[in-house]
Amino acid sequence: MLLVEDGLGICVVHLSPLSLSLSLSLSLSGAGGGGNDVQWCFSQVKGAIDDDVAEADIISTVEFNHSGELLATGDKGGRVVIFQQEPENKSQPQCRGEYNVYSTFQSHEPEFDYLKSLEIEEKINKIRWLPQKNAAQFLLSTNDKTIKLWKISERDKRPEGYNLKEEDGRYRDPTTVTTLRVPVFRPMDLMVEASPRRVFANAHTYHINSISVNSDYETYLSADDLRVNLWHLEITDRSFNIVDIKPANMEELTEVITAAEFHPNQCNTFVYSSSKGTIRLCDMRESALCDKHSKLFEEPEDPSNRSFFSEIISSISDVKFSHNGRYMMTRDYLSVKIWDLNMESRPVETYQVHEYLRSKLCSLYENDCIFDKFECCWNGNDNVVMTGSYNNFFRMFDRGQKKDVTLEASRESSKPRAVLKPRKVSAGGKRKKDEISVDSLDFNKKILHTAWHPQENIIAVATTNNLYIFQDKLN
Amino acid sequence: MAGADGDDSLYPIAVLIDELRNEDVQLRLNSIKKLSTIALALGVERTRTELLPFLTDTIYDEDEVLLALAEQLGSFTALVGGPDFVYCLLPPLESLATVEETVVRDKAVESLRKISHEHSPVDLEVHFEPLVKRLASGDWFTSRTSACGLFSVCYPRVSSTVKAEIRQHFRTLCSDDTPMVRRAAASKLGEFAKVLELDYVKSDIIPLFTTLASDEQDSVRLLAVEACVSIAQLLPQEDLEALVMPTLRQAAEDKSWRVRYMVADKFSELQKAVGPEITKNDLVPAFQNLLKDCEAEVRAAAANKVKEFCENLPDDSKENIIMSHILPCVKELVSDTNQHVKSALASVIMGLSTILGKDDTIEHLLPLFLAQLKDECPEVRLNIISNLDCVNEVIGIRQLSQSLLPAIVELAEDAKWRVRLAIIEYMPLLAGQLGVEFFDEKLNSLCMAWLVDHVYAIREAATCNLMKLVEKFGAEWAQNTIVPKVVAMANDPNYLHRMTTLFCINALSEACGQDITTKQMLPIVLKMSGDQVANVRFNVAKSLQKIGPVLENTALQAEVKPVLEKLATDQDMDVKYFAQEAISVLALA
Repeated sequence: MLLVEDGLGICVVHLSPLSLSLSLSLSLSGAGGGGNDVQWCFSQVKGAIDDDVAEADIISTVEFNHSGELLATGDKGGRVVIFQQEPENKSQPQCRGEYNVYSTFQSHEPEFDYLKSLEIEEKINKIRWLPQKNAAQFLLSTNDKTIKLWKISERDKRPEGYNLKEEDGRYRDPTTVTTLRVPVFRPMDLMVEASPRRVFANAHTYHINSISVNSDYETYLSADDLRVNLWHLEITDRSFNIVDIKPANMEELTEVITAAEFHPNQCNTFVYSSSKGTIRLCDMRESALCDKHSKLFEEPEDPSNRSFFSEIISSISDVKFSHNGRYMMTRDYLSVKIWDLNMESRPVETYQVHEYLRSKLCSLYENDCIFDKFECCWNGNDNVVMTGSYNNFFRMFDRGQKKDVTLEASRESSKPRAVLKPRKVSAGGKRKKDEISVDSLDFNKKILHTAWHPQENIIAVATTNNLYIFQDKLN
Repeated sequence: MAGADGDDSLYPIAVLIDELRNEDVQLRLNSIKKLSTIALALGVERTRTELLPFLTDTIYDEDEVLLALAEQLGSFTALVGGPDFVYCLLPPLESLATVEETVVRDKAVESLRKISHEHSPVDLEVHFEPLVKRLASGDWFTSRTSACGLFSVCYPRVSSTVKAEIRQHFRTLCSDDTPMVRRAAASKLGEFAKVLELDYVKSDIIPLFTTLASDEQDSVRLLAVEACVSIAQLLPQEDLEALVMPTLRQAAEDKSWRVRYMVADKFSELQKAVGPEITKNDLVPAFQNLLKDCEAEVRAAAANKVKEFCENLPDDSKENIIMSHILPCVKELVSDTNQHVKSALASVIMGLSTILGKDDTIEHLLPLFLAQLKDECPEVRLNIISNLDCVNEVIGIRQLSQSLLPAIVELAEDAKWRVRLAIIEYMPLLAGQLGVEFFDEKLNSLCMAWLVDHVYAIREAATCNLMKLVEKFGAEWAQNTIVPKVVAMANDPNYLHRMTTLFCINALSEACGQDITTKQMLPIVLKMSGDQVANVRFNVAKSLQKIGPVLENTALQAEVKPVLEKLATDQDMDVKYFAQEAISVLALA
């Protein structure tokens, strides 16, 4: 435990020994964060350059597929854009293949629920790739109410030859048809098609915040504010409710579900996080309805640390299992916590993302920023985690080397293979050279969505309407 | 624009072929469904060299088109030149067996299985078996899952070296990385075991079965339960204990409720497969545990099997096992916390009475029936009432009447109309079992009350119910008890009730016969032709049309005809229409 003085008075913040050394190393080590002193450099930026941002273009989710070859983004306009990594260029070994647009399609349209008199936004809340089953690729995309399964497939052949008309559509004189022609397939330019395969609708009363595919590859879950439903990927007219926290009387409502995810390899295990900062782990083997959790992960709150904002900032905005399934990471407003699934009483690691905001909570409450839902992600071998912050900053924490770094996604440093300079924010007091004062941070520029390539040091970072791709510098 | 001057027979085929690639899915589908016509026109040679290569590349199409194609190809052998050329059908079916849509893949596998029998043993080894191998070692799991369904059709007809290869491939798929393939393998394990030599069942299948039954994925383990049934049937009794029972015991106590559910669901099959001795020693305690399971879904599945399980117990110990082991669990289930469990039990519990006989039924089962008849959940009560016939045979329904009646009355007045509808449907059955006397005394008024229910579906069902009652109790009973009440409703101030009179008459006329219809019903119908509500009047026309054939011809001419003629000049067009229709149908014009 460490006593920390901040703007709201004296409060006790729990810091693990790890984060203690981290905060020290912050000033010692500049570069690095990706392990082994990775130097991150700019690779690509996608999206419009001009400053006035169309609402529909705001990126709302980013997700690599299982091989990392494809990268999908969803936006507030209901579109899904898929980027594909080009094959590596042999003549330029220092440069990995770039991501280029592979397919763009309108996944969701705005709708109106006439029974409830509610508008349903087209905004894509989440995208999840399915494990590849054949040459085509599949993904689930969801808005607030409806989940859709999309197939993205390639076509490089088309049939040619009609009996009764020419290729251009002109009809032949039927009297000239004396023999039958069977069409033949001929090569054509590669065409990528996205087609909706299934629509999973009408199962959620509240807004869907998460979808997650089970390791049995045949079911997935979808979670809204109060319920978690289980679906079979091939059945659209039926889903099973596995968690329901809706109280009989809505006035007794004290917490909502904020995120949910299946364990990466135990098909019976899933977790869901709540607005109260707890994470419940459920075992679907025990019963059909998982209202009783089998584990409850919760860090005891220090009563002396209580403030008006305690509950708001402890709300968990994202939960992600590590690839190996041993740990899970949660993101709350000010920190990232790593939990060992075998220890419910407290996280094994806690990383402060932007502790300097603790004194600004009041104004962040007034401008609603305190309700921002930051997501978090693991790197391929689970030793570095990444999450976003304000001012287009994003943070990486190296779990093994106890190093952390703040980087910025900005147009200024977007020269090809330019190394990203670490940023520092001064927490008040004397501002050193190269430091940015808390008061000059731009709270409209926030990085909520980030994704890490499943194997390599390639990351995708979504600023408001731009997608930045960074990679480690190869020597 | 049909090619009048060209070859007449060519034009429609040309259209069909062109529509194979039409933009409209429905047209493509129609064309695929007439694939045999196209093939016939092209002849076997061109079908093999042109049509099939085209179809092989068509796998980008919509699922329904692919499904139709996969189905067509299963009966295409004659069209490619008979069994000598049946292998030509393999390439398109192979590509269909790898698509992502399960229904299409399954249909392709079904067609492949079908045409496998048309291969000569040589072709099977030269063409079919390599296809199975290709699918089994495919990159994508879709092709590997399809392979699982093909092993059992080629195995019996290939040489012993190829057999060994097939067994090896199946083993590999059983330990595939993806759960989808392991599931496919597990679901085909029983089928594959059936075509294997008994020695290989023991040496190959049993280890695979044991491994799959302890797979980390619940969805794989639960499929092993199904395989358990087929494998147990293949093995000699003395091997069951050592080779199957450890796995079955483990499945019945699996940590996952879904696996235990599967055991409960397959319990009767398992019971038959393992035979009476193992049933007595092992399955009885296992069944008791399932009936007491902590998960309601499992208890409900087990409760559903209570009757079948008891029926199939060995005769020498049947009664003893039921009385001392099963009945105590059943008693607990009667007051289960979950209504689905109680409802499942209620649908089978009556069946126990035939097994136990009169005395035990009265002493032990009757209290349970009575308790369930008073259950708070309407489905439970309904399930008991719908199975009354089993009890009736053993102890007679009178034993139950004390509790039965309040239960029926309560259901008859349930706030949910679907519950009311369900009980109405049991009325004819109850009437038959309870007899006229009891019915008149207690239930007749209910049946009449339904006629004026505020839900149309109930009034309609009530009318139909009356007809069935009359069929059961006869015209005389109808004349005395039903007809007067129906006729009285004709003066009801509510026009909907007046129409109910007409509907009842429509339903009853045939069962009541000419005499009652002409003397008691017809005057009422005719009188209602002057009703102020047009809906009533045109229903009069419809009723007259309906009961016309039952009436005496003199009445038809003298009484019905003038009324219909008058209605045919009604100011309401619907009334006119139906009156004219009746006149022409009854040939009164």
